[in-house]
Amino acid sequence: MSTESAPAPQGNVAEEQRPRIAVSALTTNLREYGLIIALIVIMLFFQFTTSGTLFKPVNLSNLVQQNSFIIVMALGMLLVIVSGYIDLSVGSVAGFIGALAANMMVIWQLGPLSNPLVVSIVCLIVGGLIGAAQGYWIAYHRIPSFIVTLAGMLIFRGICQALLGGGSSVGPLPDGFKALSSGFIPDVIGPLTLIPPTVNAAGKTILGSGLTLHMTTVVLGLIAVLAYAYFGVRTRRKRERHGYEAEPFPLFVIKTLVASALALFLVYEFASYRGLPVVLLVMGVLISLFVFVTKRMTIGRRIYAMGGNPKAAQLSGINTERLTLLVFINMGVLSALGGLIIAARLGQAVPAAGLGSELDVIAAVFIGGASAMGGVGQVIGAVVGGFIMGVMNNGMSIMGVNVDWQQVVKGLVLLGAVIFDVYNKNKA
Amino acid sequence: MTSTILEMRDITKTFPGVKALSNVNLSVEEGEIHAVVGENGAGKSTLMKVLSGVYPAGTYDGQIIFQGQECQFKGIHDSEHKGIVIIHQELALVPMLSIAENIFLGNEHASYGVIDWDANEARTSALLKKVGLREDPKTLITNIGVGKQQLVEIAKALSKEVKLLILDEPTASLSEKDSQALLDLLLEFKRQGMTSILISHKLNEVNRVADKVTVIRDGRTIETLAKQDISEDRIITSMVGRSLDDRYPPREPDIGDVVFEVKNWSVYHPIHAERQVIKGININVRKGEVVGIAGLMGAGRTEFAMSLFGRSYGRRITGEVLLKGKPVDVSSVSKAVQHGIAYVTEDRKTYGLNLIDHIKHNITLANLGGVSRHSVIDDMRELAVANDYRKKTNIRASSVYQMTGNLSGGNQQKVVLSKWLFADPEVLILDEPTRGIDVGAKYEIYTIIARLAAEGKAIVVISSEMPELLGITDRIYVMNEGRIVGEMPAADASQEKIMRAIVRGEGKAA
Repeated sequence: MSTESAPAPQGNVAEEQRPRIAVSALTTNLREYGLIIALIVIMLFFQFTTSGTLFKPVNLSNLVQQNSFIIVMALGMLLVIVSGYIDLSVGSVAGFIGALAANMMVIWQLGPLSNPLVVSIVCLIVGGLIGAAQGYWIAYHRIPSFIVTLAGMLIFRGICQALLGGGSSVGPLPDGFKALSSGFIPDVIGPLTLIPPTVNAAGKTILGSGLTLHMTTVVLGLIAVLAYAYFGVRTRRKRERHGYEAEPFPLFVIKTLVASALALFLVYEFASYRGLPVVLLVMGVLISLFVFVTKRMTIGRRIYAMGGNPKAAQLSGINTERLTLLVFINMGVLSALGGLIIAARLGQAVPAAGLGSELDVIAAVFIGGASAMGGVGQVIGAVVGGFIMGVMNNGMSIMGVNVDWQQVVKGLVLLGAVIFDVYNKNKA
Repeated sequence: MTSTILEMRDITKTFPGVKALSNVNLSVEEGEIHAVVGENGAGKSTLMKVLSGVYPAGTYDGQIIFQGQECQFKGIHDSEHKGIVIIHQELALVPMLSIAENIFLGNEHASYGVIDWDANEARTSALLKKVGLREDPKTLITNIGVGKQQLVEIAKALSKEVKLLILDEPTASLSEKDSQALLDLLLEFKRQGMTSILISHKLNEVNRVADKVTVIRDGRTIETLAKQDISEDRIITSMVGRSLDDRYPPREPDIGDVVFEVKNWSVYHPIHAERQVIKGININVRKGEVVGIAGLMGAGRTEFAMSLFGRSYGRRITGEVLLKGKPVDVSSVSKAVQHGIAYVTEDRKTYGLNLIDHIKHNITLANLGGVSRHSVIDDMRELAVANDYRKKTNIRASSVYQMTGNLSGGNQQKVVLSKWLFADPEVLILDEPTRGIDVGAKYEIYTIIARLAAEGKAIVVISSEMPELLGITDRIYVMNEGRIVGEMPAADASQEKIMRAIVRGEGKAA
């Protein structure tokens, strides 16, 4: 049997340990960074085929605003899939929440309750309740999640359409609400003009780009990059102080430098347009939160254990039913947030909002390396997977590829990514 | 006038690290009922898997001669083709299909893929008559009892023109009445000239129907007894007769007051609601004491332990658990763990480990509170804990970041043990702690058990290996069919006494 490995003789263990750690650090890192490298390659490919449109600041802002709802929902879906379940209802729930929000703000005239902030909070709570209702059957009655959420997909799409009175849309939504998707953070520091333009008598710019930077964005970006580097170094120091070998130092430096350079490049891009999109900030906060929860918190650990072996998790004292319920409540809240983002971006609620997006969300998680069997998957993987889908959508649209063929390409990429993963695992 | 139908010569089968069979010989004559007996893990089932081609030719050494021809079976298909049919302990019927569909599964009367149901059902009726089962061939398997399912399996075997029928523990899950009927059926087949091999622990049954008995122990043939020599005493001596040398670490018990007590514990089967699995058990364990629970497979020991541990098995559980004289609530696993009870499962792959995660995460899983503050895990503390237990229990791995799925059985067992040691229990229930692991690792596990007892823990060891219980425990309960049928100090116990208590329910008198 391949799972049986003969116990190594004692003397060799210490000698073998060092190179093995280096090799394993390299292979795990390769697998992890492979995805990010794939994203960069895809971006460069589209940068080339769209003759530079992809990386234009305005297009990057668009790209983020178009795909943020997929990534927000992918965070919830990652936990669902790691737990060993699936949720097909997220697109319909998002559509329903959009319709609910629009009705509350535009049609129903609820007075102070029609305030966008209040509406958003109510909608997130409703999303959580929907998640709880579905999760209850899955967790406590062991009804397969595929079936429960398939039912949810039909039910909430139906309610969404009913709320919108058949085929019509409800809008326009208040500007304050739309800022969630299409707004940018205010520049509290004030813009900085790089190289002020020198204009000649004829009114023609002869020197300087006249480029102004959104300084709040720049400062926030610098803080984020410095924090990233600081925490990286601190963790490394801590490991060394405890006498444990971290990843090889050159690898660490390269990793930090490349990540920082990429981040600074993006910061520059956003700062040279209208600053950081609000939705990107929301997304960034959520991504950090979910990375922390999955990597550092006990509940995250328990979710992975439950997905890896539910019986063993239960026999280790983990309340797997309650945990399942929580995972679906979380999914419901994030679906609701996704629904709000979609409605805010469109400026109105439409019956088809979020239609089919569950498939994009699930694809993002699987491209990101999660296992359909549960127990395996990373937040960063799902996020990068989401961006890969988003960049392909955006790039192919700019190239003028027909929507039909876009689907074919996305399907092939999903299949290819998973085959690559399985092949890698079997080889290891 | 008899002739030898089957001869197995010098069969040797090795698994990684374990020699399951060494030079086993078995010779079966035409028309007899030949019983193969031995303790759990002696190698009976492995031998039958070699015979039926589950382990194909080439993966073992030795010869199989069937009806005068040497056979090299590459799979079950080959052996069935020759007329050797094995009925496994766990029945291989599809519950939601009918009797007729099951009997001819993969072997349907059909032309061009279209099944002739009338022919199937007519033949099924004839077969059911032969085995004395009065059921409509269209009845679903799930709607008939285990006893009748066993008969369906036999009917299925008969449909394949069986020459040698092998039954692996056929009566293990049958009631007394069904067992008798099954044995009668075997005798009837014998009158018709069929040869059978019967694998069983139940010596009274063996005594009743067998013409010959072959005893297997530790993967070796001990002896074959002819009809006139068969007696329970003789078989028992032969089954367990091995010496207890220093395979167990020395230990000086320091036994204190009663720590853990179970009173009147009863449990019903989770699916068959009327079946009582555990019938009013009372046990107690003292501080620093190692208590064994002996019994055969199916005695209800695991069910008992799991029902204690947060009601992880069974329904309608009644009874009381006392820790240091005070009743405690053990209705969920986390409550049981909080009260200091730990259960180390017999099935580490299914119930013990997350095989797709590494050693470190597995060790801390039952006590994440011990490596975290405000629900945030302290990575360094966790790593230190994992390395500490890796050293303490001598887990052989490249690092604590090795996947548990890639470890050997013995090392996996040490990871599961470490997990529960880190939860720091008062009472540790170990279910078959050395199943499927090699002798060296066994000794290490025994050493850990002895050390824990010396630290003042109360330890319960469930084991089917009697020498192990005699070697490491202070006191032994004997369990059979959901009851405690005997209790004895380990010093007074012997394998014969335990076996007698199991077989005859004489434990208390002996």
